Amino acid sequence: MSADPKVFLMGEEVGEYQGAYKISKGLLEKYGPERVLDTPITEAGFAGIGVGAAYYGLRPVVEFMTFNFSMQAIDHIINSAAKSNYMSAGQISVPIVFRGPNGAAAGVGAQHSQCYASWYGACPGLKVLTPYSSEDARGLLKAAIRDPDPVVFLENELLYGESFPVTAEALDSSFCLPIGKAKIEREGKDVTITAYSKMVGYALKAAETLAKEGISAEVINLRSIRPLDRSTINNSVRKTNRLVTVEEGFPQHGVGAEICTSVIEESFGYLDAPVERIAGADVPMPYAANLERMAVPQVEDIVRAAKRACYRSVPLAAAA
Amino acid sequence: MSFTATKFAPSPLPLNSTIPRSNDKPLSFSFDHFKPHPSSSFLGSTRTLLRFGALARPHARTRSSSPVSAVLLQQTSNLLVTKEEGLELYEDMILGRFFEDKCAEMYYRGKMFGFVHLYNGQEAVSTGFIKLLKKEDSVVSTYRDHVHALSKGVPSRQVMSELFGKATGCCRGQGGSMHMFSKEHNLLGGFAFIGEGIPVATGAAFTNKYKREVLNQADADHVTLAFFGDGTCNNGQFFECLNMAALWKLPIVFVVENNLWAIGMSHLRATSDPQIYKKGPAFGMPGVHVDGMDVLKVREVAKEAIQRARRGEGPTLVECETYRFRGHSLADPDELRDPAEKEHYAGRDPIAALKKYLFENNLANEQELKAIEKKIDEVLEDAVEFADNSPLPPRSQLLENVFADPKGFGIGPDGSYRCEDPKFTQGTAHV
Repeated sequence: MSADPKVFLMGEEVGEYQGAYKISKGLLEKYGPERVLDTPITEAGFAGIGVGAAYYGLRPVVEFMTFNFSMQAIDHIINSAAKSNYMSAGQISVPIVFRGPNGAAAGVGAQHSQCYASWYGACPGLKVLTPYSSEDARGLLKAAIRDPDPVVFLENELLYGESFPVTAEALDSSFCLPIGKAKIEREGKDVTITAYSKMVGYALKAAETLAKEGISAEVINLRSIRPLDRSTINNSVRKTNRLVTVEEGFPQHGVGAEICTSVIEESFGYLDAPVERIAGADVPMPYAANLERMAVPQVEDIVRAAKRACYRSVPLAAAA
Repeated sequence: MSFTATKFAPSPLPLNSTIPRSNDKPLSFSFDHFKPHPSSSFLGSTRTLLRFGALARPHARTRSSSPVSAVLLQQTSNLLVTKEEGLELYEDMILGRFFEDKCAEMYYRGKMFGFVHLYNGQEAVSTGFIKLLKKEDSVVSTYRDHVHALSKGVPSRQVMSELFGKATGCCRGQGGSMHMFSKEHNLLGGFAFIGEGIPVATGAAFTNKYKREVLNQADADHVTLAFFGDGTCNNGQFFECLNMAALWKLPIVFVVENNLWAIGMSHLRATSDPQIYKKGPAFGMPGVHVDGMDVLKVREVAKEAIQRARRGEGPTLVECETYRFRGHSLADPDELRDPAEKEHYAGRDPIAALKKYLFENNLANEQELKAIEKKIDEVLEDAVEFADNSPLPPRSQLLENVFADPKGFGIGPDGSYRCEDPKFTQGTAHV
């Protein structure tokens, strides 16, 4: 915001309240109410206003208090933002960022707890980013704001409370990450685990457990759901010959399904085992804590899937 | 042949003028027996308006030429409630208040989790409206739904158990704090997104009209109440449904619980014209403003609005000016509301106000009210004990209720429906 006066933030409670999750803390004081705008609770309205401002040369950052609320504005994200550059034959670009917490939260029931990565990942014209660490969040958000196209920036509510080590490089004012490039968080040779957002942490924990049992897992932090870094994924699979995909969202037509297709298309001959897909249960999120835990992937699920991929040679029918 | 610009220029319409139409009839929106009372001591948000200064048109509310009736009760010698009614209202409000206090206690003890939005301070609205309903009438609520559920008759045990995430809850632990449903009590849900509940409520009202006019059920006279807050009144779904409800004369009452704050967003910072009740006449329905801290005033307005809906005369918009005594949710640090404002409304506690009325009119004595409070204490102790001792939802429940027909899970590898696999019903299937 200090580099470009065209950048402004709008959304519910981003100003005086300092953000529902305190993500915009201090911004109102620093940039004033003209650039940090508290909106009424009208997602369709203010997302559309953001898109209009982007048509006209500003660079809006639109916050959804949670991405669940983006459903009230999805028409503007997809129809007004994602398709305009194409419909106008490149005359109207839409440099806008839609950001906010995404994914399973804790104890908030079905309407407040789901992952939108595959929803937005399915739409041409959008870029979809999923930061995991502080470094990711900083580097990718800057890239998103500078990008000339609409970016859906999916943060994770439960990661807001987590701390990450930050390098001096990441703190440098010139630090920025490329959109569309995955990061190998941990190198390994026996099995590839792909994950994004909070699940990267789970995959790293699973990799530690697996290491104790002699399995060397390579963990890929996707960072970008769309565009998807197919070459990093395929190169890794060609090395390890085994793949486990991890996501919090629903399994059907999910991010794992797309990764699996990419690997089947490009590296089929390299696979030594069927691809294992870990995803959320195929149900709306239940409220009860015990059911909720069953509905989202756990570290043990990843460990089990990696072992299945490593040890079994004959594919089983349903993985019960 | 050339076209001249002037030839095709549209004739300009004068702004702010109404074009008379042949079928124009003057619309009357006042509930006849409610007369505006210009010297009312209740100023509520008008006072706040004056304090903030910027958006002032404070005289609008009491202008008698306004088609909107600013409903304020006349002082009459007649009692507004019988002794029985008074005690029933008191009991329901105490139940709402004590239940929510218990929730806060249980939340801090880790018995309930997630977002818990409490209703303290707004009891006059829930009690004033819902206690007038028949069991067949419907209520559609928001994420702040515990007390609406209780007023509608859902037992405390079931609501508490739902909050504990137990199998004995009104939604077997699958819904949670923001999603209370009870088909038996025609509680059509707590909706967690702003504005979502309004179309659903309008649909419930539509169903009644359809039953009467298409299915020839002449006795269908059910009313739906849609509860929502001031923040929602800036959302498109609100306006869309006011239009359709008025257009089709649906039996619904739109009940705005204007507690002046949407989390940390003051109503006055969010709304160009903060007098929400004025939006009713814009759509051709009465808009009524009432002191939402006075259960008897709410009840009088509610009575007429509900009867109007039941008579088939269409919807009403009622703005109840109220206040929440706690933060938006138990996670809200509540730093933006002025302590003086909180104190002002604390002094207008709707329960204390009813108590005073009952005493002053010799409708109840201290002992009777104490007995009610004791009874509710016991009800809630029992509810907590019941919830605590209830079983967690079994694993098998995870895959139940996704579809009304579980064949929706599709066909498994052996050619039979997945839901027929024993592993499916045990909840161990991988789907």
